[in-house]
Amino acid sequence: MTSRLTIPDNTQLPPAEDAGNVGRLERVLRSGQFAVTAELAPPDSADPQEVHARAQLFAGHVDAMNATDGSGANCHMSSVAMCALLAREGHETVMQISCRDRNRIAIQGDVLGATALGIRNLLCLTGDGVQVGDHPEAKPVFDLDSLSLLEIVAGLRDKHVFASGRTLTSAPQVFLGAAANPFAPPFAFRPHRLAKKIAAGAQFIQTQYCFDLPRFQDFMHRARDLGLLEKCFILPGVGPLASARTAEWMRRHVPGVHIPDDVLKRLEGARDQKAEGRDICIELIQQLREIEGVSGVHIMAHRQEAFVPEIVKRAGILGASKS
Amino acid sequence: MYSIRLWAARHARLLELTYQAVEPVIIKLQPLWKSVGYARAEKPVARLEQACKGLLFDCQMCGQCILSSTGMSCSMNCPKHLRNGPCGGVMQNGNCEVEPDTRCVWVEAWEGSQRMKDSDAIQIVQLPVDHRLQGSSSWLRVARQAAERRESLK
Repeated sequence: MTSRLTIPDNTQLPPAEDAGNVGRLERVLRSGQFAVTAELAPPDSADPQEVHARAQLFAGHVDAMNATDGSGANCHMSSVAMCALLAREGHETVMQISCRDRNRIAIQGDVLGATALGIRNLLCLTGDGVQVGDHPEAKPVFDLDSLSLLEIVAGLRDKHVFASGRTLTSAPQVFLGAAANPFAPPFAFRPHRLAKKIAAGAQFIQTQYCFDLPRFQDFMHRARDLGLLEKCFILPGVGPLASARTAEWMRRHVPGVHIPDDVLKRLEGARDQKAEGRDICIELIQQLREIEGVSGVHIMAHRQEAFVPEIVKRAGILGASKS
Repeated sequence: MYSIRLWAARHARLLELTYQAVEPVIIKLQPLWKSVGYARAEKPVARLEQACKGLLFDCQMCGQCILSSTGMSCSMNCPKHLRNGPCGGVMQNGNCEVEPDTRCVWVEAWEGSQRMKDSDAIQIVQLPVDHRLQGSSSWLRVARQAAERRESLK
């Protein structure tokens, strides 16, 4: 297939005009160190202390914390508020933006506001369908898709214009991320979709949970053949499975999560399934680190956040150089 | 209809050829559109377009057709209206996360695109939908844009 796309090298984009404005995540990735990000679930609460308590678990153990934006289409504290609270305390955050709940007017306003509040990293997502969440009767917005969202935010930053063409007086200096799911069909299209995301402005990629190493390797080989590995930073998603039952539940109910049978069997056969889940996670991190083009990992330890420091420590990845 | 929609993506090459034959005719009819007036032509042409494309593709009349870039699988049938590829929620059997009994529009689109001559049109980054165009004819717009291009070259 000949390419219709010109793929820019987004790892070499000039950093933010104000060098002091470059965040830790961007600095770590650009320096060639292995980056560690972790998903921080926003509380169902209006109390900032709950946010700080959750962040405290990760502080000093990760390079950035992702604040999810109504993940699983469930209602929680907004990602922009959560990131703003954390930025005030000096934490590095990745603000997730989903296209499910807001249209282009609201999203662009949020991006400007977020940057004004000290948020440096954005992750542009399509978002889960409303049917999986706690408000299945809600109107799904999807005015933009993750690609057009990336392009619009890159336009705000690089061309200093809104999607409408109207000029900004000050552009948001953001490090732009996107998601990838190498583990869902159509598999052959996934690397091309990654190419589109890079062309639209993605500088870093965080993937869906990786439990199927061969499938991820295949994806990375294809991405390499398309010349994508040097053009963005890729952080595969990992996470500890609490038990075989949780794994089975996730397989059935969380869209896009693929857990192979052998992982399930290994969990079932373990005496302490929770510990086994962490061991699997750490082994995966170490194996992923050996793969060409992997710049870090993104840890999603849903309801097992307290184990993130242990996982990072035992995997020996924080501040490590890329192998 | 769902089964015809699937058939269309599975015969994307045939439909690509058909459109390649029809498009020049629509453009050649430019004098007719101009004399009738685009505004007056809009309604009957949009109705005809809806009848044809509604039958074949379950067309939603977004008014900015990109079927040639989506393997002849209408991306507006995706419950998330994604115009640039599948979301991460596609099930292992290739079905949609929102409508689990339906094939993912983008799984069909990818397969359809691979049957087409212009198989890499699926790589084009599409602009977000212009919601003002909902219900209008894409065919007439193609004719008008071609005429405007010709005018600007003169």
